[in-house]
Formats: sequence, structure tokens, C-alpha cells
Amino acid sequence: MKRSLNLLALLGRRLRLGVRLSSAAFSSAWRKIVGVERAGRDAGRFVPADLKCDSARFEPGQSGVRQKRQRTAAVQDAVAKSETLFGFAPSSSILRFLIAAIVLSLAPSCFADRIGEVTETSVLDQAIRFFTFRDESVRYALVGAILLGINCGLLGGFIVVRKLALMGDALSHAVLPGVAIGFLWGMTKDPVAIFVGATVAGLLGAFTVSMITQTTRIKEDAALGMVLSGFFAVGWCLISMIGRLETAGKAGIDHFLFGQAAAITAADVKLMGVVTVLSVATIGVFYKEFLVTSFDAAFARSAGFPTKLFHHLLMLLLAFSVVIALQAVGVVLVSAMLITPAAAAYLLTDRMHRLLWLSMLFGVVTGAIGAFFSFLGAGLPTGPLMVLAASLVFAGAFLFGPKHGVLVRWWRRRSRSQRIGRENTLKAIYQTMERRDFKGEGATLLELAQRRRETEDDARQQTRELIRHGLATQPGAGGQILLTPEGWQRACEIVRNHRLWELYLTNAAHIAADHVHEDAERIEHVLGEDVVRLLEKRLNYAKLDPHGRPIPSLDDVGRGAGGLFGRDELVGYGKSI
Amino acid sequence: MPDLPEIPNPDDVVYSSQFDWVKTASPDDVPLEIHDMTVAYHKKPVLWGIDLAVPKGKLIGIVGPNGAGKSTLIKAIMGLLPLSSGWVKIFGESYKKNLKRVGYVPQRESVDWDFPVNVMDVVLMGRYGHLGLIKRPTKKDRDIARDCLEKVRMLPYANRQISNLSGGQQQRVFLARALAQESDIYFMDEPFAGVDAATESAIVTLMRELKDKGKTLLVVHHDLPTAKEYFDMLLLLNMRVVAFGPTEEVFNVEMLQKTYGGRLTILSEVAEAVKASKV
Repeated sequence: MKRSLNLLALLGRRLRLGVRLSSAAFSSAWRKIVGVERAGRDAGRFVPADLKCDSARFEPGQSGVRQKRQRTAAVQDAVAKSETLFGFAPSSSILRFLIAAIVLSLAPSCFADRIGEVTETSVLDQAIRFFTFRDESVRYALVGAILLGINCGLLGGFIVVRKLALMGDALSHAVLPGVAIGFLWGMTKDPVAIFVGATVAGLLGAFTVSMITQTTRIKEDAALGMVLSGFFAVGWCLISMIGRLETAGKAGIDHFLFGQAAAITAADVKLMGVVTVLSVATIGVFYKEFLVTSFDAAFARSAGFPTKLFHHLLMLLLAFSVVIALQAVGVVLVSAMLITPAAAAYLLTDRMHRLLWLSMLFGVVTGAIGAFFSFLGAGLPTGPLMVLAASLVFAGAFLFGPKHGVLVRWWRRRSRSQRIGRENTLKAIYQTMERRDFKGEGATLLELAQRRRETEDDARQQTRELIRHGLATQPGAGGQILLTPEGWQRACEIVRNHRLWELYLTNAAHIAADHVHEDAERIEHVLGEDVVRLLEKRLNYAKLDPHGRPIPSLDDVGRGAGGLFGRDELVGYGKSI
Repeated sequence: MPDLPEIPNPDDVVYSSQFDWVKTASPDDVPLEIHDMTVAYHKKPVLWGIDLAVPKGKLIGIVGPNGAGKSTLIKAIMGLLPLSSGWVKIFGESYKKNLKRVGYVPQRESVDWDFPVNVMDVVLMGRYGHLGLIKRPTKKDRDIARDCLEKVRMLPYANRQISNLSGGQQQRVFLARALAQESDIYFMDEPFAGVDAATESAIVTLMRELKDKGKTLLVVHHDLPTAKEYFDMLLLLNMRVVAFGPTEEVFNVEMLQKTYGGRLTILSEVAEAVKASKV
């Protein structure tokens, strides 16, 4: 166990080294990571006493040169170890590829490492720091992320079902000038001043959009696009002006662009708490009103609910939660935290209250994950990581959702088409037997292939499918295909469905007899027993289809073909089984 | 629209019912009275000087060509659209005072049927008006909603998500929601649009039952032949009230020509002229 942990720490260290090198030409860099040549050269000069490489050896404070040498040695060590581990030389292309892939996947830490913001603590140490909540900043970041998740998830649910997602986007971009003005007010990052400034700016943006759409012929999408970028431009100009000011308090003002959870302070958390309580309480108290005004505004108004008031209330709460989320997610991506968790929840449930709960859960989880990963390396922007996590949750819901998931739908479609394929094979065997007046026992592969106008290979494949599902047997290799009782029953049902439907179309719907086959080919697979009973009754239990062929009755389905033609013995199965 | 021109030829407008009866009737017997109502969309008048008094316990069809303002009339009555002039009274009082006595079936296309609610949720919304703000539906409300679903034969679908319903079923759900409102006057906006024949006859049966209980129903309807068959009274509408009265009196070639015929073009032209002079 210890050995594997060591190896893991080693791997992380080695990757970090690789990343540092990647600022040089990539190709040469990764020769350094995995190639033996240069590592070997260094190793000749410096070999550590023991090759265990526990993390204590890499405490910060050791001289840079020494560290570097140790690391290089560690590389060689790792190479040697991986050779024994994987059983092949590390120069092998597979390993190279693997390591390169891992290096690339850890690319963000590359950024941090290069600009020298990372202290010499390992990812593991940072993770432990995070989970023990030793630091105040960790606690604030985590609590902030959770509050943000609740807020954005809750309001996002209504934003998505009300089709206001773009409005959320516009609002979040429009707050930027407010952030700058709030800062200029006191020349510090006073959360309350920034909150007020940002909320006012956001609401002003929303108001501008509705003013443009109501007074001109410009539609909402164009208005949103203009206001969003216009306000953002003003805000960005102000922020870069602040950047040139000679004030001490300006540090971190640019965090409002992409967010930095680690910069969340106690005052921020307090503000977030107040806003979250406000949103949860408002939605909790007025859930019914928000539901009915979102679903059917005209009806809600006719029943006396002030729909405009609730719309404005929602926009106000939206502005609040956008503003409190800024510190953690940033202006650019905050709308994704509103929309993505809610959209994922929308794929998973059909009820509004469940959607809200799920959306809040996703918001909290992705918020916490984003905060955690951004903590692993200083300088990692929190917002993109949170949004990345939220997008992964959405992708999960999209692919694996039990109702609307792509995979489930694909699987359902696949098993349906397989069932239809089997049923068509059964029908072909039935028809082959019918052509011989049920005198033979079953059908040969050749007959089946001819009947379905396919190759013998296809027929063999289909027969295998039938046998696998217990619908047929084939005692001798390449011999007769015989239906089992289940197979016979299903075959009768399909043929009966087909012919009943043809008869129904010609008799009741007066469609010409030569037009009905194609339709029946599809319907035969979906008719349920209760519909069949109705059809039979409606058609007076007719015996023959429009083409003069007998329709298997309920009795035939149970008894086998023998009953159909008044013979005693059962044909098609039974004797051979 | 403060200074609309005089209506061109008032003699063309025929009222089969005069308003004198309203003066002597008690407010409870006059579910709806409209006086000189004008409604405009973007400065373009859609309804001009509507005068109307509706007697109690009738099944009334609102008929007219496309763009005649049928839906607008309903919406304006319920305060969903601002009036340019005139007033509306429900049982002798303003609409706001009698909210609970009014039921509404909007057009089916007006909502997003992918909305995450099930059939029961939608029908329960019919109870919201009675509950007022904040209060949640009680078991009694659920029982009422269930009864209403039973009446439209949709109880087995109570837990279905609404997007999994056919057009006719969706319309029945809307109807059940209106029933759950337990109102005295109902406004229905094209309840027969896009429904199957079975649903249509079920809806008509239901409407007649409501009428027999003394409820008043105003139904926007598109299909002339069935209009004659379904409704006690007809309101022929084309920007103005062309005629209002018992079906057998109003449903004749002359009136229908007035409603659907050349009148429309003249009124539209005047409307265009008004719009042009204002801009």
C-alpha cells in the first residue's frame, strides 16, 4: 500500500516536472520525461542514497538545484520502477502516449507552475488541506460554493423552464460595470458596495433589454446580444482603468472575470447566506405562484395572480444570485452555473419540485468540486472548473438519463429492432410451413433465406438469434429449423396481427387490398392483445384475410397448427423436441 | 385610442337582444356586460365599441373570420389586455372583484407542453385562484381535481407528464382545470382546435351539463356548421359585434355575409387609415 502511494506521489511529481519542461519545445520535453538518455546522464552525477522518494525529501526550502537533481533522479527511478511494473521498457510508445495524455490532462497545473504561483506542496497535500478544513479560506470557499450551488440551482430551474436562459446571461454580463463602480465607491473590495453596484447594473441591463424590445421593432435576441456586450465592454474598460490606479485595495478585482473561490471572505459568505435564505424562502413561500405563472401566465393572470410582479421578483432574485456568485464563478461563466445544473435536472425528471431539488444538488456538487480543484493549485480559476464539472454532470444526464438519456433510448431502439427482426424470422418460418400446408416440420435455412430474400448467412444468423431466445431449435447442424412452443405462439400472433390489420384496413377503412401490406408490416409488431380482441370482435371473428389466407385464431395460437386444419397431430414442433 | 372616428354605419349592427332587460335584472343574472369596449394592438384597433350583455345559463359561441378579434375579446374581458375605452362587468362588478366566478380555457398552443408538470399538477392549478396567495392545495382541492379529471375521463392519466398526451387529451386536461375553478362563467378559447371527434363530442356534452347547472359559457369557435348545432346563442364578431342572439335567429345567410363578407375589408381599410394618420 505504502509502496503504491509512494509511486503515486512520484508520478505526480514527475508529471509536474514534465509540465515545467513543456514550456520548452514539447517534443524534446517529453523525451526528457520518458526517455532514458538525459535522465541517465544526470543520474550519473547524483544518485540519492535510497530510491524510495518519499515526499519529505521534497520539502520547500531545499535548494533549487538540489531539488532539480533529486527530481531528475526520481524520473530515472520511476522509469526503472515502471519497467518492472509494466514489464516493458518505458521507451515503449504506449507508455509514452499514456504519460503524454496524463500530462495534457493536467494542463491547468502547467499554467500555475510556470508562473511560479504554486508553493512546493503536492497535489495530495493540497487535497488533504482541503478536506481537513484547516484553513479558513477553504471553509469560506466551500461554504460559498455550496450556497452558490443552492442559489443558482434553485433559480436556474425556473430560468430554464421559463426560457429565460439568455436573460440570465445578459444579466450576468451587465453586472460588470456595477462591480467596478462599487469598487470605485470606496476604493476597496467592499462586498456590500459591490453587491449594490452590481445588482443595480444588472437590473439596469435587464430593464434596457425590455425597453428596447417594447419600444422598437428589435426583438429580444438582438437586444440581449447588444446589452450583454455593451455593458460588458463598459465594465471591462472601468476594470482596466482601476488596474492602472495606484490603490492597494485593487488586488483581485480581476477575479470577478473568472472567479476565485479562495478569495471569498467572511463578509462574502455572510452576504451569500443572506441572499440564499432570501431566495429559498421566496421560492418556498411562493412555489405555487411561480409554478403557475411559469407554466401558463395568461391563465395565472385570469385567476388573479400578479404575473408581472412575480416575474420582476424572479429577476431581482436572479440578479442577487448572479452577483453573489461573481466572486466564485466570475462574470463570464456565472450564467452556466444557472443553466447547466438545471438543464441536467430537466433531463432527469418530469416534475418541477424534483427538478428544483436535483438542480440544487447538482449546483452544490459542482460548486464544491470546482472549489476543490481550484484549490489544488493556486491561480486556478474556480469558475471554469465549476462550469466544467456542471457540464460533465449534464453530459452524464444526457447520456445516461433513465428516461431521456441517449444511451437508454439507443438501447431501447436497438432491442426493439432486434425483437422485430426475430418476429419477422418467425413469420417467415410460419409462412414457409403454411405453404406446405403445415405438412413439413419446419423450414430449412435455404427456405428461410429465400422467403426473406436474404443470403443463407443472414438466415443462419437469424436462426441463431431465435435459438438464443428459446424460440426455435435446430437439432441437426444445417437441418430443419423447428419452432419451440413459445416460438410457435409468437409466430401465430404476428401472422394473426398482420392479417387482422389487413382485414381491418380493407373492411373498416375501405383501403384497397393491395395497399394494406406495408402498413400491416409495421403494425403487426405493436398490436397489444386487448386491441387484437377488439379487432377480432369488430371483424366478427373472421377466418380469412383479404388475400384469402387463414387468420390464426386464439385457439391456434395455443394449440398449434393442428387445430387450424382439423388434424390431430401438432405440426411444426413437439415431435422433435 | 382616445379619438376614434365615429363608427361608419351603426345601422349595420343588429342586436337581437336589447339592453333594457339588463336594467331590470339582478346583477346575478347578468354574468357579463360590456359597454363601448375598444381594444388596440400596437395602435391598430382590433375591437371597436363592443356593447354586449349576456344572459345567464347559456352556451354561447363566438364566431367570426380570422383576425376578427375573438380571442382578443375574451382576453380583454379578463383583463389580460388593456382596454382603450369602455368597461366590463362580471355579475355587476369589476372583473377583479369576481375573479373566482370566472373560469378560463386558453388556447392549447399558448403553453409549453414540455413543462415539467403532470396532469394532476395542471388540474390543481384550477384551484389556485380559490386558494389565493401562499396557501398550498389541500386534500379537498386534490379531491376536487380528481373529480374533474374523472368528468373528462382523464383520471387514469393523472400521473402522466403532459407532453405524453395527445392533442385531445391535452384539451381535456385544460377543461378539467377550468372545471376545478368551479366558476359561474367560463371563457374557452378554441377548445375544439385539433381534437379528435370523440373528444369534441365529450366536450360538448360536458358544456351542456355545465349550462344545465346554470353556468354561462362563451366559446370561441371556428367551424360554422357545428356552431349551429352546438350553441344556444351566437355572437357574430368581426372587429364589432355584427349580431348577438339565439342561434336560430342569428345564424342566417345575411348575418354570416355581414360577418364574413365585404364588411371586413372596409373596416380594415379604415383601421389602416387611422394607423397611418397617427404615425
